Amino acid sequence: MFNIRRQGGLTRRFSKVVSYYGLTTPPYKLDALEPYMSRRTVELHWGKHHQDYVDGLNKQLATSPLYGHTLEELIKEAYNNGNPLPEYNNAAQVWNHLFFWESMQPEGGGSPEGGVLQQIEKDFGSFTNFREEFIRSASQLLGSGWVWLVLKRTEKKLAVVHTRNAISPLAFGDIVCLLDPFFKMFNIFSINFAMTSHVLFLQPIISLDLWEHAYYLDYKDDRRSYVTNFIDHVVSWHTVTLRMMRAESFVNLGEPTIPVA
Amino acid sequence: MALRTLASKKTLSLALGGGARPLAAAAAARGVATTVSLPDLPYDFGALEPAISGEIMRLHHQKHHATYVANYNKALEQLDAAVSKGDASAVVQLQGAIKFNGGGHVNHSIFWKNLKPISEGGGEPPHGKLGWAIDEHFGSFEALVKKMNAEGAALQGSGWVWLALDKEAKKLSVETTPNQDPLVTKGASLVPLLGIDVWEHAYYLQYKNVKPDYLNNIWKVMNWKYAGEVYENVLA
Repeated sequence: MFNIRRQGGLTRRFSKVVSYYGLTTPPYKLDALEPYMSRRTVELHWGKHHQDYVDGLNKQLATSPLYGHTLEELIKEAYNNGNPLPEYNNAAQVWNHLFFWESMQPEGGGSPEGGVLQQIEKDFGSFTNFREEFIRSASQLLGSGWVWLVLKRTEKKLAVVHTRNAISPLAFGDIVCLLDPFFKMFNIFSINFAMTSHVLFLQPIISLDLWEHAYYLDYKDDRRSYVTNFIDHVVSWHTVTLRMMRAESFVNLGEPTIPVA
Repeated sequence: MALRTLASKKTLSLALGGGARPLAAAAAARGVATTVSLPDLPYDFGALEPAISGEIMRLHHQKHHATYVANYNKALEQLDAAVSKGDASAVVQLQGAIKFNGGGHVNHSIFWKNLKPISEGGGEPPHGKLGWAIDEHFGSFEALVKKMNAEGAALQGSGWVWLALDKEAKKLSVETTPNQDPLVTKGASLVPLLGIDVWEHAYYLQYKNVKPDYLNNIWKVMNWKYAGEVYENVLA
């Protein structure tokens, strides 16, 4: 999933070999999502913000006992059951952004087909209901964060959730997270609280960045238009199909079929 | 200036469905919660340039702050209805919107007063009692600026960095709050002397991802006279 760049090495006999996370390029040209996401936005978002998270993580790992994990393992380790370690923020944001770039494609949007559409209709009633819930959930996030389409592994059901700041659904194991991990405050009245009992075993399918840096140059304060254009014109149902296929190797979404001997 | 006043009045009418004062008076007469209104900026949108662009100030005041005002008033109206019906669960459910939008209104109202054009004395370091207190608590004025910049740069997501006065302990401190949480959420005795908005909307059009440059430059338009007055009034 990630380019591992090796430094040092062969010429000096005793030099230490160190691996770093690298920044992968989005799977399309930087202007390919225009007019819904400008080249300037992607240049800054990928080339500066995403790059800064990668650089920040590599810098931390140079002196961290967490060195040597895959990125997914690192996110879970660093989440530390809801008491995030310093590496958590950068690790999760590196992954969240990578997942985000791959959630989009030029000439995307429209309606999914086949099994993905059937699953959405089964779990949301209709594609229109899903679309509305995605837009509503994005507008209900107060502050920076992400909105996700996830597969709830235990309930075998698709759902829309939003997370704050760098929080990635990948981090949630079987721990009920009641604390806002960065500020150690009970969010008794926030949407997060209502969500927490359901946020278990989530397999991410789509991510949309709701930090203002993701849309401010193109949409200013109009988050709703940004989210609507994402779902109508740039979301990659092709990627979703592949991710659902992968997810189904962990979750049986239908009636189990028992092979006849 | 005239245009700006007109624009802000228009926003208000849209937000409140009429002039702020008559509506508030009518609300008070009916015994419901009094609504808030968008305060005018005490300077022109472009008056803080080059530290903060006129476009940022216009959007920040006319769109972001106006939206917090509108949504806070809407939440108050819903709260009033819920309270009259004795619907406890609806009252509790509204707390998130009240904290976020009410906090947004409180924070931005302070923020506009914290800033001042250079030509009117913006950026002049604090003198008098506050100046002495800063030296005493932080070592020097420069050390305080450095500390607030570091905490602002390190804040993840959206939020605020504050210079706070604990009115009981009579101590200064630097605090951060997430999202639109006002300073009082960090302690009932904390009074904001200065607040710096570190939401991306406060600087992105001009500074993009380089938040440290925004933080360095905002001190050039800081209204220390206001902070000094609040400090002396609270301790008087």
